[in-house]
Amino acid sequence: MTTPQAATDYATDIVKNACRQYNNDASRMMDILWCVQDALGGIDTDAMTVIAQQTSGYRVEVEGVVSFYSFFSSQPRPQVVRIYLCEDVIDQHAGIAEVAAVFERTLGIRIGQTSADIPVELHWTPCIGLSDQAPAALINFRPFTRLTPDKAEALARAILAGIAVHELPIGEGEGNNSKPLINVEVANNLRLPGAVYFAPHRPLSGLDNAGRLSPAQVRHEIRQAGLRGRGGAGYPVWKKWEAAATTASERRFVICNADEGEPGTFKDRLLLTEKADLLFEGMTIAAYAVGASEGILYLRAEYRYLHAWLNHLLLERRRQGLLGKAIRGMENFDFDIRIQLGAGAYICGEESALISSCEGRRGEPKTKPPFPAQAGYLGYPTVVNNVETLCAIPAILSRGSQWFAGLGTEQSSGTKLLSVSGDCSRPGVYEVPLGISVKEVLTLAGGVDAQAVQVGGASGEMIGVADFGRSLCFEDLPTAGAIMIFNGQRNLLSIVHYFMRFFVDESCGYCTPCRVGNVFLLQAVEKIMKGLGEAQDIESMRQLSETIIATSRCGLGHTSPNPVLSSLKHFPLVYSSLIRENAKGMQAGFDLEQALATARAIVRRPAEVLQCEVRLQPADAHASDRLTGVLAYPLIARSGLDDYTVPKVDSTDDPSAHQEDAES
Amino acid sequence: MSTTFTIHVDGAAIPARPGQTIMEACDAAGLYIPRLCDVEGLAPQGSCRVCTVRDNGRCVSACTQPAMPEAVIEHDTESMNRYRRDLVTMLLHEGNHLCPGCEASGRCELQAMAYRLGITDSNRLPYLQPVRPLDASHPLWVLDTNRCIFCSRCIRASREQDGKNVFEYVGRGIHKRLAVNGNHLADTSAQEGDHAMSDGICPVGCIIRKGEGFSTPIGQRRFDKHLIGEEIENKSGRSDLSTEEAQ
Amino acid sequence: MKKLRLATTSLAGCFGCHMSLLDMDERLIDLLQFIEFDRSPLTDFKTFRQRCDIGLVEGGCCNEENVRVLRAFRENCDLLIAIGQCAIMGGLPVMRNAIMHAEQPLNECLQTAYAPSETVWNPACRIPADAELPLLLDKVYTCAEVVKIDYQIPGCPPSADALWYVLNAAVQGNPLDLPPELIRYD
Repeated sequence: MTTPQAATDYATDIVKNACRQYNNDASRMMDILWCVQDALGGIDTDAMTVIAQQTSGYRVEVEGVVSFYSFFSSQPRPQVVRIYLCEDVIDQHAGIAEVAAVFERTLGIRIGQTSADIPVELHWTPCIGLSDQAPAALINFRPFTRLTPDKAEALARAILAGIAVHELPIGEGEGNNSKPLINVEVANNLRLPGAVYFAPHRPLSGLDNAGRLSPAQVRHEIRQAGLRGRGGAGYPVWKKWEAAATTASERRFVICNADEGEPGTFKDRLLLTEKADLLFEGMTIAAYAVGASEGILYLRAEYRYLHAWLNHLLLERRRQGLLGKAIRGMENFDFDIRIQLGAGAYICGEESALISSCEGRRGEPKTKPPFPAQAGYLGYPTVVNNVETLCAIPAILSRGSQWFAGLGTEQSSGTKLLSVSGDCSRPGVYEVPLGISVKEVLTLAGGVDAQAVQVGGASGEMIGVADFGRSLCFEDLPTAGAIMIFNGQRNLLSIVHYFMRFFVDESCGYCTPCRVGNVFLLQAVEKIMKGLGEAQDIESMRQLSETIIATSRCGLGHTSPNPVLSSLKHFPLVYSSLIRENAKGMQAGFDLEQALATARAIVRRPAEVLQCEVRLQPADAHASDRLTGVLAYPLIARSGLDDYTVPKVDSTDDPSAHQEDAES
Repeated sequence: MSTTFTIHVDGAAIPARPGQTIMEACDAAGLYIPRLCDVEGLAPQGSCRVCTVRDNGRCVSACTQPAMPEAVIEHDTESMNRYRRDLVTMLLHEGNHLCPGCEASGRCELQAMAYRLGITDSNRLPYLQPVRPLDASHPLWVLDTNRCIFCSRCIRASREQDGKNVFEYVGRGIHKRLAVNGNHLADTSAQEGDHAMSDGICPVGCIIRKGEGFSTPIGQRRFDKHLIGEEIENKSGRSDLSTEEAQ
Repeated sequence: MKKLRLATTSLAGCFGCHMSLLDMDERLIDLLQFIEFDRSPLTDFKTFRQRCDIGLVEGGCCNEENVRVLRAFRENCDLLIAIGQCAIMGGLPVMRNAIMHAEQPLNECLQTAYAPSETVWNPACRIPADAELPLLLDKVYTCAEVVKIDYQIPGCPPSADALWYVLNAAVQGNPLDLPPELIRYD
């Protein structure tokens, strides 16, 4: 056993080393915090103080960052096993509740609570990008898929028996998932390869073709191809590139957004697993086209199990001269990539929030303008593109913009990867030309009894059978690729409720409408689910939604009311069947008997109450402190009238009284 | 002044200079756009969204959005004012704003904004009633974050003007709260003379100076006699407007 | 012209709003040409004589009796107006909801109020539980949480001018919207 002092010194050394490893650079805060958490199991205020000292910052700033991300813990627990169960609707429908119950029972701990007895924690977490093999969980960031109660029990018992997480029994992983550097039981579930991403690609043919063109010509090719961002918004890629390339600057950055956080999306997981070289080739071409020499791959923490593999590929590329100085012999073309690990924040999928996170800050979106392409990472022009977008680049350069533009529809060229999950027989990734109808997707995936399809994840649109003929493309139903299928057995309102809860949990809190408005929207949905809603509540929800959409600062708030609005539009009966007009102007939400239950218990059983339920304790130290606190708070120190002064309470003049108050 | 251009706010021509935000141009012209997080002397951040205007059809925060030549801006219309009422109502319901017992009453900008926007119909939304601990540790100030409206004015003042970072946010979303660089305010370097702690930085009663409560009689407080924003509307701005236009 | 029937009550309030009503001074006499009082502390009628046009409710709900009175007002008044901060948002009594996060909120509330301490002499550790006393609610509710409220006049108390303005508007059949200078929350 070490002494407390030795333990503290040990922890301080760990923290100092972590800071030193990143040159005490506050902009590498995310890496420093991961480093500390990996060693100590969490980052407590002592560690925050040391980090602040080492990085010339303030403790409260470090605390601001730690508390922003859901995977950072402020409680150091060395060797802790953290189990994150995926709470997404798809996982709920697949039976995560039963799995969770088994984990709770076997481990003897409740979700969200920590136990001093065993170094195991159970948590809920939103979509972890495994909806095609739900229910799923991350155990110390190692994914476990297709969980059943039996499998959960076996895992829990193995953990209790002290088996290390990397030695827990797993099924076979598909493709690269079985490589030693990944070694997880994840299936790729590529159901339909298409012309761009999963067609044969001669490695480096895109990069070499790009090298024969000038950067401006490469940008022109991308423009001709009509490539639009695959992250959902569909912004033309060439516009971002052009802005970054033409903004005068000494440094430029290319960032790949691999923060695939939209519930129901997992196609980037597949690209990162199987097509990472294509991605890195795309990033390199982008860097060449905009004149960037530094690249960042922002990897969501849920995909941390791919970190070592991706780092290995980067190392290989450096060895082959595909990264580093004078790439492929091109003079003046230097480019390298580092991986920035996220820490659990959906908002970091927003490009400027992602940049904030890369800079070691709270993942809050930045004020626009300036846009990232003008002033992004560390103030330098920065191109942020999605994994899928960047993976399309080599094919476009290799096979030509004409070829790419010929795929898909007029305004939505190319193919799109769809992440299909939910009530269908063939969940997985489909590469389809843009413009495909929802009905065709349902046929491909075997979603025969769908009553509703959530297009584009939580922030997308929930549509019904009448709209299944609509097309997935920027002209009609834009989507980042999530297709969640719900059959006739599913309660659509509880799905809407989950999505709203997701947005409440994931709002960064920067602006009023998103931080507060979504909470009220969630409460309104709850009211209706309880059968307490009235017609005016529906109108109120619409108005609130309109305000949130119009006044929010970033895309999260611009889309968070979509589950409510689209379900109201396409499934009005779901709401109207629960709405009732309350007689005589009473509020159905108020239940007098329930509100009186406690007091009734007290009055009807006074003797019992005095002995147990409201047994009054004599003034203890705690109560005394509370009273001191009240008295020490000078509500009326001086009245409005100058000739009249209220006698001061002694304790207000005694600074030590305040001190005690603060410490209690 | 050679590059002055015009923006059109609700049909009125307002002169603007390159680099000016929509709000700055309007302020100079004596046209008040409601705001809570923006305050003179600190970098604008666009978080309260009360200054939302429609700039060529797109909703933006006037305090951060650069004025562009010939921009058509919708500001004092029914829909913009409804958004503002909704936003201020959200803030009133997010925190504990017990005006009758708050020392800031009468000089509180949130309260004054609610008056200006005519908010009486607050029963549409429930009250969230947060329970955050009171920090009375410091000899000079009490911090009641149940009244915080997340304007970041104290954070920015401390960082930009005092060079201290006494304040920062921790947590996120609805659980975000104002924290101090220490276990309590008394542990921080906050001291007399700090801009962050001065009058007019905290727009509400979150940062309260001890020993001064209710010292100004009702009727003589900042917003007892005039509406918030009138000081901008009453500036000689409107006459500037006509002269600039004449030139 | 038929006079408007007006009922008023004070729930979990301090009667300050009613004092403000009296503060209309001589304007009350003008008002009485158009309004007659039904159930109200001013008439001392404890029940409704007949259906009323307007009900003014001061105070929020912190016990059973408050709820029953408020419901009676809703049932018997065409237009129900919440007056004052307590009715609108709970006012000072709502501060007891700050202990809602305790495991047994009401118990803790009573504990805080009646536990023997430096300022409370209660050696028998008794809490008042007389059958005559109305039962406490688990927390303080605003009027709008219990019944539908048609209009609110904020203030602590609302000024006589604000009350006059709204009653006058009601008599004239005008919109009740208070002008900004009459809106006060304190």
